[in-house]
Amino acid sequence: MQLTLQRKLAILADAAKYDASCASSGTEKRDSLKGGIGSTEGSGICHSYAPDGRCISLLKLLLTNFCVYDCAYCVNRSSSNVERARFGVEEVVALTLDFYRRNYIEGLFLSSGIIRSPDYTMEEMVRVARTLRLEHGFRGYIHLKIIPNASPELLAEAALHADRLSTNIELPTDASLATLAPEKAPSAIRTAMAHIEGKREESRPDGKLENGKQKPTVLAPAGQSTQMIVGADATDDSGILKRSASLYAGYGLKRVYYSAFSPIPDASSKLPPQPPPLMREHRLYQADWLMRFYGFDAEEIAVEGGFLDLRIDPKLAWAVAHRELFPLDVNRADREMLLRVPGLGVSSVNGILAARRHHRLRLEDVARLCASAKKVRPFIVADDWTPGASLDDSKLKARLTAEPAQLSLF
Amino acid sequence: MKRVRLHSLNDFAEWRLAARGLLLAGTPPEEVIWEDPASAVDLFAEPEERPPDVAARAVGVVPPRFIELAEAAVCHREAMRFGLCYRLLFRLQKDRALIEVRSDPDISKLYRLASEVRRDSHKMKAFVRFREDEDRFAAWFEPDHYTLERTAPFFVRRFASMQWAIFTPYRSAAWNGDELMFGDGTRKEDAPRGDAMEEVWRTYFASIFNPARLKVSMMKSEMPVKYWRNLPEATLIPSLIRGAKEAEAEMVARAATIPPVRHQRAEARKLAPEEVAEITSLAAARAAVQGCRRCPLHEYATQAVFGEGPQNAEVMFVGEQPGDQEDLAGKPFVGPAGQIFDKALDTVGIDRRRVYVTNAVKHFKFEPRGKKRIHQRPNVGEIQACRFWVNLEREFVRPKLIVAMGATAVQSLMGKAASISSLRGKKLELPDGGTLLVTVHPSYLLRLPDREKAAEELKHFEADLRAVKAFIDRRGDEVRSGGAVTERVSPADR
Repeated sequence: MQLTLQRKLAILADAAKYDASCASSGTEKRDSLKGGIGSTEGSGICHSYAPDGRCISLLKLLLTNFCVYDCAYCVNRSSSNVERARFGVEEVVALTLDFYRRNYIEGLFLSSGIIRSPDYTMEEMVRVARTLRLEHGFRGYIHLKIIPNASPELLAEAALHADRLSTNIELPTDASLATLAPEKAPSAIRTAMAHIEGKREESRPDGKLENGKQKPTVLAPAGQSTQMIVGADATDDSGILKRSASLYAGYGLKRVYYSAFSPIPDASSKLPPQPPPLMREHRLYQADWLMRFYGFDAEEIAVEGGFLDLRIDPKLAWAVAHRELFPLDVNRADREMLLRVPGLGVSSVNGILAARRHHRLRLEDVARLCASAKKVRPFIVADDWTPGASLDDSKLKARLTAEPAQLSLF
Repeated sequence: MKRVRLHSLNDFAEWRLAARGLLLAGTPPEEVIWEDPASAVDLFAEPEERPPDVAARAVGVVPPRFIELAEAAVCHREAMRFGLCYRLLFRLQKDRALIEVRSDPDISKLYRLASEVRRDSHKMKAFVRFREDEDRFAAWFEPDHYTLERTAPFFVRRFASMQWAIFTPYRSAAWNGDELMFGDGTRKEDAPRGDAMEEVWRTYFASIFNPARLKVSMMKSEMPVKYWRNLPEATLIPSLIRGAKEAEAEMVARAATIPPVRHQRAEARKLAPEEVAEITSLAAARAAVQGCRRCPLHEYATQAVFGEGPQNAEVMFVGEQPGDQEDLAGKPFVGPAGQIFDKALDTVGIDRRRVYVTNAVKHFKFEPRGKKRIHQRPNVGEIQACRFWVNLEREFVRPKLIVAMGATAVQSLMGKAASISSLRGKKLELPDGGTLLVTVHPSYLLRLPDREKAAEELKHFEADLRAVKAFIDRRGDEVRSGGAVTERVSPADR
């Protein structure tokens, strides 16, 4: 039976939604003033939001949800009875352009089930990107999923057309991958990341941008990302963060996406019966942020063998556990320590450092520089403010824990 | 009191001209009332005292950051925007550093206005929905601030090859392929009513939504309800939310079913998992090492890095473990230590292509530190576990001479720790056969801070390699004279 285009779209978008990434940021600047269609300007744009709170920036599709692999956590695994469909290359190209012209999307995120062989599948995906770029002069954003074990020539061509490439690490440990995704080899996944990072660095032009940053690479200028499924195996948060730290250190990844394992139709009996709380995923994102922008080490955030506290964010948890380091004098403390004050973000800290060169800061000054003075107050000393004994309060944690509303999963 | 009535809602250039005149006259900010076309007209007010237009030259200096912020802030809807900008302009003449003091109430306000305008402009880029209308694309949009003029160039850069128009209540913009033109505001009725593609877009919107993760507040904070009336997909939102619980329950209820026939056939075609076959060749060992789980190092390394070189090599060099670059490339001795090694081989005249080069430990051990991986020495257990692979390499290559570079290699080959200085320069017989020569690891030469000492140590390392070279030459002579060598005909491994 021939499926209509709209039916295929429904099936293959549904199959793609378990990939959390929808970012369209961090690529080179392009426009279509000299031909073609589309532009990218560095910051991503979310064109819509679904009621799950996730941004819709890209047309996220699978080329096909037929798959020869049988990964237990995946809705498209070969033993599942979901309805199957397959797009032709031209169909995806036309859909992307039709949506793009109407300003629905920033571009395309294309993934695929594995059919025939890794090379065959990768070749089909590369054809979509090549057609968009070369035949239609498409200057919008393209994110391609990498199939591990595809040939280096295909990976190089994918990197040439795509802004971002991603290879999913899938699970935090090699043992879990062996159990739940027996056809996937962890070393093949990491080797693909290493190979792409090597090619990207080779393609980086000499010199710096006006803002002093490195110029973007010619190949895959928006870099690589990956996704890890949380809660499908027994790995704790410290194990997950350790994995992330090793990926950031090894392959210059832009992002690790955490995807709380979600109930899927026709689920495998190898999976836990209950999904993890969505709050766990949220805490992992916060912890990841602390590693990348706030100078925290993985070990500091989740102690060995530990899980993140679901009730309070990891930065607050760290501060409460290290209350002997606080309160911190906002007029004297160095940048590194200011970044560890709960409630002070990177931009607030920059504001404090700049403002205190000109005058001493009072509490109301700090309040103008950060989102919530209430959260910051117990941890700082300002010209007219000391928190007194509030840090010693045994109920400190309880007081700082937000209303129960924040605890619910919706 | 001076009243300045501007003709435009958001023209920075017009405001600047007026402000220059005021500044030149030294008019303090509290003596100026700024009005724009949206301000209520006060019939009993003093007549306007518009300052004389000053030529388009500067009358003072301000930090570029102020211009950038003020250009955005004048597009804000709040009536005080022009007055705020003038007050700051006036204050900045006395204290230019003021712009850095974001804790100042005026500066803080300027930042807020600019940031709200930027957000509004960003939302326009996101939520404009073009409808195809004959050969033109047109959209109706309702911004919160006066942001069409500063946002339209974005659409030019993006859709330069299309003809398009954006209508808002206060202004409209049109691009004909060559030129961007602005006109009066319009009504929603003047924009196209629909587009067949919207039905396809709605299908996508409904399918990409995961009902098991309903988070309506998050959606509403990023896509406020006020925008919904102009978003074709938003008509679906109420029913998607209502149906979410049901859809999730249905997904969970549809528990595992019997796999489709296609899957069962494919499974049957797969051979029964073979018992781990005995490794009978160097090539088989090279393949098998990728699945090694003998110690935990496989977990964070990219891949196992096996030895490299001809299978009939006379000499085998054994180093410590792959480093960052070796781990990424999958080849031994290609990083900084590898370069020292290559150079030294070259100096003494050993052809690297004719020797076998490997490591005592096959996976890279490191600590992640931000964007770098810091090398860590393998421990005794890891060295011990990896002897399995080193022994296979020795078994298949059967080198006449093994060169242990560094303490880890010594530990691996001798089965016990020993100091390099006590063993260096001697020919040692290994318990399981073969001759061993001990030297330092090339990375040791990299770590010496003292240049003299480094040069001296490099000489020593090269002297050790000369002994290896002498051994190779001697063997060559013996082979040519039909001497002691038992000829082994084994194809090169790679």
